[in-house]
Amino acid sequence: MAARAMWKAVIHCGSSEVPVKLYSAIEDRNIRFRILNRADSRPVRQAMVNPETDEIVPHDETRRAYVAENGDRTILNSDELDALEPEPSREIEILAFLPVSQIDHRWYDRPYYLGPDGNSAAYFAFAEAMENSELEGLARWVMRGKSYIGALRLHQGYPVLMSLRHADEVVSAENLEAPGGSALNPKELEMARQLIGMLAADLDLSDFHDAYRDRVVKLIESKAKGGPRLKLVKPSKKKPSEDLTRALQESLQSVRKSA
Amino acid sequence: MAKESTEQTEALKPLWSGVVTFGLVSVPVSLFPANRGSTLRLRMVDAQGNFLQRRYFGTDEGGAEAGDPLDAEDLVRGYEFEKDRFITVEDDELDALDPEKSREIDLAQFVDLHALSPLHFERAYFLVPDGSTTKAYRLLAEILAQEERAGIATFVMRGKQYLCAILAEGGILRAETLRFAEEVRSPETIGLPPRVSANSAEMKKFAKAIKALKANTLDRAALEDQHTASIVKLAEKKLRSGTDVIPAGPETEEVDESTTNVVDLMEVLKERLQGKQRARAAPADSARKRKRVNGGELKSKSKTELYELAQSMDIRGRSSMSKAELKNAVARH
Repeated sequence: MAARAMWKAVIHCGSSEVPVKLYSAIEDRNIRFRILNRADSRPVRQAMVNPETDEIVPHDETRRAYVAENGDRTILNSDELDALEPEPSREIEILAFLPVSQIDHRWYDRPYYLGPDGNSAAYFAFAEAMENSELEGLARWVMRGKSYIGALRLHQGYPVLMSLRHADEVVSAENLEAPGGSALNPKELEMARQLIGMLAADLDLSDFHDAYRDRVVKLIESKAKGGPRLKLVKPSKKKPSEDLTRALQESLQSVRKSA
Repeated sequence: MAKESTEQTEALKPLWSGVVTFGLVSVPVSLFPANRGSTLRLRMVDAQGNFLQRRYFGTDEGGAEAGDPLDAEDLVRGYEFEKDRFITVEDDELDALDPEKSREIDLAQFVDLHALSPLHFERAYFLVPDGSTTKAYRLLAEILAQEERAGIATFVMRGKQYLCAILAEGGILRAETLRFAEEVRSPETIGLPPRVSANSAEMKKFAKAIKALKANTLDRAALEDQHTASIVKLAEKKLRSGTDVIPAGPETEEVDESTTNVVDLMEVLKERLQGKQRARAAPADSARKRKRVNGGELKSKSKTELYELAQSMDIRGRSSMSKAELKNAVARH
């Protein structure tokens, strides 16, 4: 069954326009749990509480405050905050086209397919021009009251808009120092290289299935039918490899044997 | 499970601890988030500017909040298998569904780092070494970087199975969770029309427009959160002009805790990457005691509970203290 579009927009690329429909590229398969009150197994409600008095403050009496470093705070009224909300727009503005290595995966958040909206001639002409350019676009848009920055690229020949995380949402490894210690043993490094070479494979994500999800579904079904309580197996902790050289040697032997 | 009251300590505790294995080599690690929400966190307050807390409540027959706020141990996960009928599921039941994968990230295959499809990347975590030696950790990081490969595995964290790629960057191991193949739609399942070759005049018009917008490097300023920046600007202006300002009060300490958790995450990562573990160095008993009185827990205590704590700590003048004063005294003790 075809998916439903979640938003309609127009890509603005220079003076040219491409009307598009946007579709989520992700199928949410999470099992939705609710938070229950253990005492009566009924869903709980959330409320804002004044911790001094333990009293509930009704939603329409709550405000938002900004707290400065010195602890002073100022209340931001809802009309002030509303005024800062981005203007609704149907435009996907392309800021630049970049070599594909420039936007790396640490920034990726959610992918959306773009499909043609009406005029598919412009859509396919744009896709082909992007393919020939071997570049990806940096785009900006406002969707459902939120402003996004994203990468516009092709996936299996179709334009995909990848929303990106903002700069302050990514903890950079550049500010961290790697674990140090005595120099690595060249013999161990060589054995590790062999081991990884023997376990090398071409990536095929369809080899992996979420079998655990099926077990959770089964557990719920069994409990719903009043089935016997599951025997709890405590996860055992694996010991770290004390003798690295030996662990590597034995790994190589066992992989060779099973090959 | 109560999100807000544990929020502060959450960033400081690993999301998962276990071992990464390749062959028969096992590397003990803990996972910390590499992604986080916006650094700007507006606090919920009442009309007078008093800080509020999000709490969970049980409900009465009419569905309204009833009784005292619930603590984390009063909460349980439930699945609605029929309208208004729930099955409760405990954390240990979920762990027991696959005990091995709850503790182990077994790298069964190593793939070309560049073969990972961008559509599959979900979230990133830093791996920090646990245990007494970092040798196996450093060996894995070094060899993954040299060979430009990523190890692929599935593991279970907080009741959910994740597919992940373990890769190295600058000597630090990272786990990138990947979406399962069945979670990513294809152009066919979306129902996109089959590709047709384009009119060449129209294609050339776009090619020209693309060329005109070509840049060589990403301008990092484009990734700045403009909306957040505009809120901060407005707030700073109001603070300077003294509009709607509530000066720092006795509960300022709490505020500091919650606004510095970003810095704290960096501090924890820095320490743990160097093999330092503050919490584990202390004997279990005193660690438990400290946990009982940390700020996040204190916030959710009633005045009576705080008084009892103050009593057990033999804090002087406790009988004449307000709730805020009790909290401060207990926290400082």
